[in-house]
Amino acid sequence: MDFNLNEEQQMLQDTVARLVRGEYEFEKRLKFSESEQGYSEDFWKQLGELGLCAVPFPEELGGFGGSGVDVQSVMTELGRGLCLEPYMQTVVLAGGLISQAGSDNQKEDWLSRIATGELKIVVGLDEPQSHYNLNDVETRAEKSGDGYVLNGRKGVLIGGHAADLILVSARTGGDSRDDSGVSLFAVDPNAEGVERRVYPTMDGAKGCDVFLNNVQVGADALIGAEGQAGPVIQYQAGRAVAALCAEAVGAMEESIKLTLEYLKTRKQFGVPIGKFQVLQHRMVDMSSELEQARSMSILAASVANDDASDERDRILAAAKNVTGRAGQFIAEQAIQLHGGIGMTWEYSLAHYAKRLIMINHQFGDDDHHLERYAGLLEAS
Amino acid sequence: MNMNYTADELAFRDDVRTFLEEKLPADIAAKVKQGRRMSRADHERWQQILVKQGWYATHWPEEYGGVKWTAVQKHIWDEESCRYGAPRSIPFGVNMVAPVIIKFGSEEQKQHYLPRILSGEHWWCQGYSEPGSGSDLASLKTRAVRDGDHYIVNGQKTWTTLGQHANMIFCLVRTNTEVKAQEGISFLLIDMDTPGVTVRPIITLDGEHEVNEVFFDDVKVPVYNLVGEEDKGWTYAKYLLTYERTGLAGIGASKAALSHLKAIAGRQQKNGRPLIEDPTFAQRIAQVEIDLMAASISNLRIIASVEGGGVPGAESSMLKVRGTEIRQTITDLSRRALGPYAQPFVEEELDLAYEGEHLSDEDGAALSPQYFNMRKLSIFGGSNEIQKNIVTKMILGL
Ligand SMILES: Cc1cc2nc3c(=O)[nH]c(=O)nc-3n(C[C@H](O)[C@H](O)[C@H](O)COP(=O)(O)OP(=O)(O)OC[C@H]3O[C@@H](n4cnc5c(N)ncnc54)[C@H](O)[C@@H]3O)c2cc1C
Repeated sequence: MDFNLNEEQQMLQDTVARLVRGEYEFEKRLKFSESEQGYSEDFWKQLGELGLCAVPFPEELGGFGGSGVDVQSVMTELGRGLCLEPYMQTVVLAGGLISQAGSDNQKEDWLSRIATGELKIVVGLDEPQSHYNLNDVETRAEKSGDGYVLNGRKGVLIGGHAADLILVSARTGGDSRDDSGVSLFAVDPNAEGVERRVYPTMDGAKGCDVFLNNVQVGADALIGAEGQAGPVIQYQAGRAVAALCAEAVGAMEESIKLTLEYLKTRKQFGVPIGKFQVLQHRMVDMSSELEQARSMSILAASVANDDASDERDRILAAAKNVTGRAGQFIAEQAIQLHGGIGMTWEYSLAHYAKRLIMINHQFGDDDHHLERYAGLLEAS
Repeated sequence: MNMNYTADELAFRDDVRTFLEEKLPADIAAKVKQGRRMSRADHERWQQILVKQGWYATHWPEEYGGVKWTAVQKHIWDEESCRYGAPRSIPFGVNMVAPVIIKFGSEEQKQHYLPRILSGEHWWCQGYSEPGSGSDLASLKTRAVRDGDHYIVNGQKTWTTLGQHANMIFCLVRTNTEVKAQEGISFLLIDMDTPGVTVRPIITLDGEHEVNEVFFDDVKVPVYNLVGEEDKGWTYAKYLLTYERTGLAGIGASKAALSHLKAIAGRQQKNGRPLIEDPTFAQRIAQVEIDLMAASISNLRIIASVEGGGVPGAESSMLKVRGTEIRQTITDLSRRALGPYAQPFVEEELDLAYEGEHLSDEDGAALSPQYFNMRKLSIFGGSNEIQKNIVTKMILGL
C-alpha cells in the first residue's frame, strides 16, 4: 500500500499550490468574486498555460493523460484557495462528456481548446424540478430538418454566465425520469432563443439559469448517440463528484487550519480559548471528520476513471455522503468556535464555510447520496 | 397535572388572535413569514400599533405604561404573534434597558427615558461586547473617567445589532481599574449623537448589515446618565441578561419556521412528487418536529414554574441551547429543500417590492442566507458553550 503521490503527482500538486498561493490570496479572491466576470480571467489563462486545463485529457488530444488522482490534486488546491474559475465544470465535466461521447471532430475542436484555456464550456444538467436526479429531464429536443429544436430550462449553471459554449441534457424520447431517451447538446449561449438569467451565488461565484425557447441547433450539436446520453452523464457526474470531494477537502483543511490558529491566539478568561476542553474535543471531532473525508476523497479519485460499475457508483455515493456531512460539520463548527468573527464577510473563514455548504448542493447532498447508496446495497 | 389553558387564558388567546387578525399589516406579516428584509419603518409602524393597544411593554409595570401579563399570557402572545408573522420587537429598548432603568434607575431617568422608548423617539442598542471581550464580558476595557459632571468615555464596542438605526446605546464601561474586574464596571446610557461617537458597519457572511462597531473617542456623557451606582454595573447587567435569555429559545419562532418549511417542502418536487412525501426528507422533518414538541413542553414547564413563584435558573440555559439547535436544524432543512437552487443569491428577491419572477420557490431566495444568518443563534446571548458551562455549575454542581 502506498498512499503517497508519485513524483509527477507531487509536482503537479506543488505547481497548483504555488499558483494559488501567489494569485489567490483572500483579498484578491473577494475582488474576483465581486467583478463582473466573477472570477479571474488571468488566473484561468495561467491554468491553461501551465497545462493544468489539460490534466485529464488523453495525450493525443494535447492532454496529460491524468488520472483521477491527478484531478484530485488540482481540485484540492483550488479548494484551498476558494478558486472561482469553472475548472470542474469545463475541464472535468464538459471535458469528460466530450471525451467519452463526442465525435472525433468535437473532441479535436473543443478539447484542444479547453486544454489551452481558450474555451470555457459549462454543463446544464439540473432543472427546477430535478432535485439532483439527473434523469429528471423535462427539457425537450424535437427533430427539425437536419437538426433539433430545444425547449426548456436548465438550472444553476455555475460559471454559465461566462461560458463560450453550454452543454445541456434534453429529452429526445421517453418520459420524465426515464433513464433512456436523454440526449446531450451543445448550445451557443448567444444563439437565438437562448436566454440567461445571471446571478451571484451564495459562495461568491456566479451562475445562471438557461432558458431555451425554440432554440435551433444543427445535427453537429448532438454529442454522442441520440437518446443514449443518460449513462454517459451518470458516469461523468461521478467524476465531477470525485472532483468536488477533493475540492471540499481543500476547503476543510483550510477551515481547520484557520480555526486551530484562532483557538491558539484568541484569549478569553485570561487563557487562549483552545485551553477549554470542550473546544479541544470539538476540534478533534472536526479533524477526524476531515480525515474521513480525505480518505473518501482518495478512494473516490482512485475509482473515478474506472469502468462503470455498481461498485464505482457505491464508492462515489459514499464519498459524497461523507464529505457532505464532514463539510457541513466543519463549516458550522468553525463558525461557532470563532464566535462573532466567524460570521463576518471580511474574514475568509465564513467564505470557506459557505463553499463547503454549497458543495452539498452540487451533484447531490448527503441525503441524496445515502439514498443512492442504499439503492445499490449488496444483499450480502 | 393539567396542561390545558384555563378559560381565562383561552379568552386571552382569542383576544390576541383577533387583534393580530385586525391590526397586523399584511405586508409586514408577509415579510416576516418569507424571511424578507424588514425596514426600520416596518419596525416603527408595528411598534406604534402595539403601543396604541397597550401591548408593547410586556415586561413593564402598568404604572409606566406596561401591561401586566402572566408568564402564560406572555407565552401565548409569543406563540400567536409568531404564528401570524408579527415581527419580534427589537428588544434593546423595551425589553433590556427599560427593565434595568425601572429597577435601578433614578426617578428622573424613568420619567425621561421610558416615554421615549414607547414613542419610538429613542431607538436603543446594546453596547456590551468589545473586540477583546465576548464570552468574558467582565474583561471589557472601554473606559469612563469622571471629570466633574461628566464621564469621558474612550473605547470600542462591537457586534452592536442595528446600531446604525439607534440614537441611544446602553454600555458597560470600566470606571475602576483598581478592583476585581466585575467590581469596576458601570452601566452608562449614551446619546449616540454626542461628538466622538462613530458607528461603522460590519457586514455578516450573508451580506447583511445587521451589526456594527461603535467607537468612543473622548465622548462626554453627563453623570446624570449613570444608572444606579458607579462600579455596580455588573449586577445590573446580570439582571438584564435574565431578560435577554427569556425567549432566546425561540419556540414560537421555530414553530412558525417549521410550518414555513413544510409549505416549501410541499411545493418543491423530488422524483415527480412533493418533497414532503419523500421518505428521507419527511423523516428529517418529523425528527425536528418531535424535538420541537419536546422543547415546547420543556418551555411550558419553565413557564409554569415561574408562574408558581419560582425563578427560571439554569433550565433556561438548557432550553436556549436546545431551542437554538432546533431552529438551526429547521433552517438547514429549508435550505436543503431547494436542492441545487440553494446556490443562487438573488438579493433583489428579498425585497417585498420585487415583482419579477422568482428563480425557484417564491420564498426561496431567503433560505440560504437565513441558514447562514441563524448560525448567530448559538453564538450570541451567551454562546451555547457558555450556557453549558452555566448548567454544569448551577445544576450539575460540577
Ligand atoms: C449577529 C450577532 C449579533 C450580536 N449583537 C450584539 C449586541 O447587540 N450587543 C452586544 O453587546 N453584543 C452582541 N453580540 C456579541 C455576542 O454576544 C458575542 O459574539 C458573544 O458573546 C461571543 O463572544 P465572541 O464573539 O467574542 O466569541 P468568544 O467569546 O471569543 O468565543 C469564541 C468561542 O469560544 C467559546 N468559549 C469562550 N469561552 C469559553 C469557555 N469558558 N468555555 C467553553 N467555550 C468557550 C465560545 O463559545 C465560542 O465558541 C452579537 C453577536 C452576533 C454574532
